[in-house]
Amino acid sequence: MKCTVCRGPAIIDIRRHNAKFCSEHFLKLCRDQVAKAIKEFALLEAGDRVLVAVSGGKDSLGLWDLLLDLGYQADGLYLGLGIGDYSDSSGDYARAFASSRGLNLIEIDIPEDYGFDIPNGAKAARRVPCSACGLTKRHLFDKAAIDGNYDAIATGHNLDDEAAVLFGNVLHWHEEYLGRQHPLLPARNGFPKKVKPLVRLGEREMAAYCLLRGIDYIVEECPMADGNRHLRYKAVLNELELTTPGAKADFFFGFLARGADHFAVPAGEDTLRLCDRCGAPSSGEICAFCRLTERATQSTQSAPVTFIGRDRHVSQ
Amino acid sequence: MQVQLRNPKREIAMAGPVRVDTLLERLGLNREAHLVIVDGTLVPGDALIADDSRVEVRPVISGGGQ
Repeated sequence: MKCTVCRGPAIIDIRRHNAKFCSEHFLKLCRDQVAKAIKEFALLEAGDRVLVAVSGGKDSLGLWDLLLDLGYQADGLYLGLGIGDYSDSSGDYARAFASSRGLNLIEIDIPEDYGFDIPNGAKAARRVPCSACGLTKRHLFDKAAIDGNYDAIATGHNLDDEAAVLFGNVLHWHEEYLGRQHPLLPARNGFPKKVKPLVRLGEREMAAYCLLRGIDYIVEECPMADGNRHLRYKAVLNELELTTPGAKADFFFGFLARGADHFAVPAGEDTLRLCDRCGAPSSGEICAFCRLTERATQSTQSAPVTFIGRDRHVSQ
Repeated sequence: MQVQLRNPKREIAMAGPVRVDTLLERLGLNREAHLVIVDGTLVPGDALIADDSRVEVRPVISGGGQ
């Protein structure tokens, strides 16, 4: 099998592009696809300070590497979720990547800084772990980006992630979520700009990118995610992709081009106020993260304490 | 050849030579969700794996909600 570009020995075939690539041209493809996504969706501008949400996995570390390679100023943000050995190990990968390249990695340890871990927090709040984790991440990513005056927060959501989320949102007709599914969420109402520069790259490509770039990442799956619905949706879509190469890309980019506008939330309709406790944008008096923190810490401490930040906490 | 698998991490012996695509089919694994690394080198679907190779089949799917 030969590289479609240079006819040298290929190391990967990408069926949706009907192409094969050698190492050099595959890495170029990855950079080009990220640059194309950034331009196509107006994700970033030259000179932007970007905060990359880093998990220690292939997508976030690969994204950090790609953004630096494309010339952006990018710091990392790692959240310690308190998921046992998995969190210990994923933190080690994030730290190793940052230190080997002399990069700035901001760390927030949720058990230490907020008084709960994701498994127990989810249980106390009666949420599935991925829901509690997602809520917590979104809140702390937003806060860190605002506090650090970053132009944008970048997450490692790839094409497979976005296609799976779209599949779930269509399956259940979550119109509000469909209205917000886009590689760019502009800054609004106290939220920072959020961007997903990897939407043109699949999960297999990101794993290959890290392998070829010598980026060591945590290969093991999060133990809390086992059997979750997004993994089931990904399995369904990958079965479809086997017989219809390009199905995931057609589904997601077709939605962006021809479907997303039908679900867009008109400006001004998402009226928000500020959370009474932490000051974050919220639809109610107390934001979802503060409610989660309250329930989680009440379940683990005899004297409930609501933490509202790394350096500020209020006893109740 | 020795084939290393993950989730759970384990190693099995299989007969070679065999094409990468065929190996994944025999293991019941989706090629869209895995990379195959032979003696430390990433290989495409039509590569032939020699019987004396060390093979890693690496899953690429990560989960979690958004």
